[in-house]
Amino acid sequence: MSKKSYERPLIRKLETGMPGKFGLRNDLTPATHIDNIPVAELVENFGSPLFVISEQTIVQTFNKAKRAFTTRYPRVQFAWSYKTNYMDAVCRIFHREGSWAEVVSGFEYEKALRNGVDGKKIIFNGPEKSREDLTKAIRNDSLIHIDHLDELYELVELSGELGIKPRVAIRVNMDTGIYPQWDRFGFNLENGQAWDAINKIVHSGKMELTGLHCHIGTFILSAGAYGIAASKLALLAIDIRNKFNINLKYLDLGGGFASRNTLKGSYLPGPDINPGFEDYAEAISSSLHNSGFSTEELPLLILETGRALIDEAGYMISTVIGNKRLASGSRSTIIDAGVNLLFTSFWYDHKVMPAQPFSLYREETLICGPLCMNIDIIRNSVSLPMLKKGDRLVIFNTGAYNMTQWMQFITMRPAIVLISSEGTVNLIRRKEDNDTLANQEVVPAYLSK
Amino acid sequence: MNDKLIKDIAISESGLIFNPVTGESYSVNPQGIGILNKLREGSSLSEIKELLVSEYEVEPETAERDTLDFLNLLRQFKLTTTHGS
Ligand SMILES: Cc1ncc(COP(=O)(O)O)c(C=O)c1O
Repeated sequence: MSKKSYERPLIRKLETGMPGKFGLRNDLTPATHIDNIPVAELVENFGSPLFVISEQTIVQTFNKAKRAFTTRYPRVQFAWSYKTNYMDAVCRIFHREGSWAEVVSGFEYEKALRNGVDGKKIIFNGPEKSREDLTKAIRNDSLIHIDHLDELYELVELSGELGIKPRVAIRVNMDTGIYPQWDRFGFNLENGQAWDAINKIVHSGKMELTGLHCHIGTFILSAGAYGIAASKLALLAIDIRNKFNINLKYLDLGGGFASRNTLKGSYLPGPDINPGFEDYAEAISSSLHNSGFSTEELPLLILETGRALIDEAGYMISTVIGNKRLASGSRSTIIDAGVNLLFTSFWYDHKVMPAQPFSLYREETLICGPLCMNIDIIRNSVSLPMLKKGDRLVIFNTGAYNMTQWMQFITMRPAIVLISSEGTVNLIRRKEDNDTLANQEVVPAYLSK
Repeated sequence: MNDKLIKDIAISESGLIFNPVTGESYSVNPQGIGILNKLREGSSLSEIKELLVSEYEVEPETAERDTLDFLNLLRQFKLTTTHGS
């Protein structure tokens, strides 16, 4: 007689009354496959933990975003935010789909060039651009977004030396009604800094003022804030036209749209309450249409959307190391992926799902990583079927910022694979090993005997 | 084995448990029901382990560890009493 499959014995107290947090939602489908590829096969071939990226999801999400904007506004251009995920394979998918590049360092700028992006289609943001970086960007006719006055003066100097008029914009920060207001980057609109910078650029005669940029924050849950930002930038552009007779080519509204993740501490799940592309597109485009541009004058709308375009396409597969009953009586499950690899677990209650079939029984579980640190918690309390050593757990919506902000700490950074739209599995970043680290280290001769 | 199921506990086949003393209800999975029934018969830990191992695809060590954990929970919920420890 064949034996039944085992699940550890469980007893759970039944609570009556109000359904608990997320109590109404019961997702019962195990994540056995990602894009039709068995999770077990992925782990067998590439190890655990493992990051998996779905090209199909990237393309679908990108098309959704593009459609939301282009159906409402005639001229839209996305620029892929490199810092959000700069795996070359990922960047190349976005470029193939028509995205420009948005970079914030010399390293990212160089990466964009290597990915075949035309210098004219690289937006150079951020507070730190070295003289060499700026020189390169000027020569390549990239769009340079000025962050502060020292940079502005350096650009005046450089463009004089090189005899080239760079195309520039200023980053503007402003009050859009959201808290916290990001005022560390760019020039403030309300206190006159923005106008001061614009006057200096125009009067220098050395640069071509091409656009205006803002990035009001990240994971902004209010679409209305974008409406305000778009209105304010549009008004500023119209004032510039009236004062200097300069028609700006574009308004860049930056990134910051919420992905489908659930913010930590949110009572309702993200997919139910976060605004979607349509909401942001509606707010921005109606502000621009109402702002007083004639139809021919409408500037190009640039978007540097990061997390909302890639979060959903990223999965992390991890393996259960063991279970523990804590002093409080609650269950804790240890997995092989910690917060050093899943930085975003500090912000999000990531959706997690076992990769093998399970029964209806659930238990509140604390999911911890393998690091010897109290903060190494992937989920504080999540109702999960019983998991046993060796089981796989899939963590959803991990495509943004993890593969760029991960840390090598105690464990090695794992491999990343891309499942192509055709269904092939491609290694896009090798797993690190001891040699990866040893190659960077130098043991002084007197210690190497 | 020192753990005794308290009296009058109702166990339904579908895994619903009712404690008439406190009025509280619990849900238990089939493996748990098996253990509760064994406890009611006054079985020992090794008998419970054998039951799990004979019915399910599980290593004896895992079965023992999980059973001990389950017994702990029963104690925490005050569904069992411990004698003579
Ligand atoms: C200037 C700029 N643009 C775009 C982004 C992308 O933001 P998000 O991932 O929130 O869309 C960032 C992120 O910090 C940024 O600083």
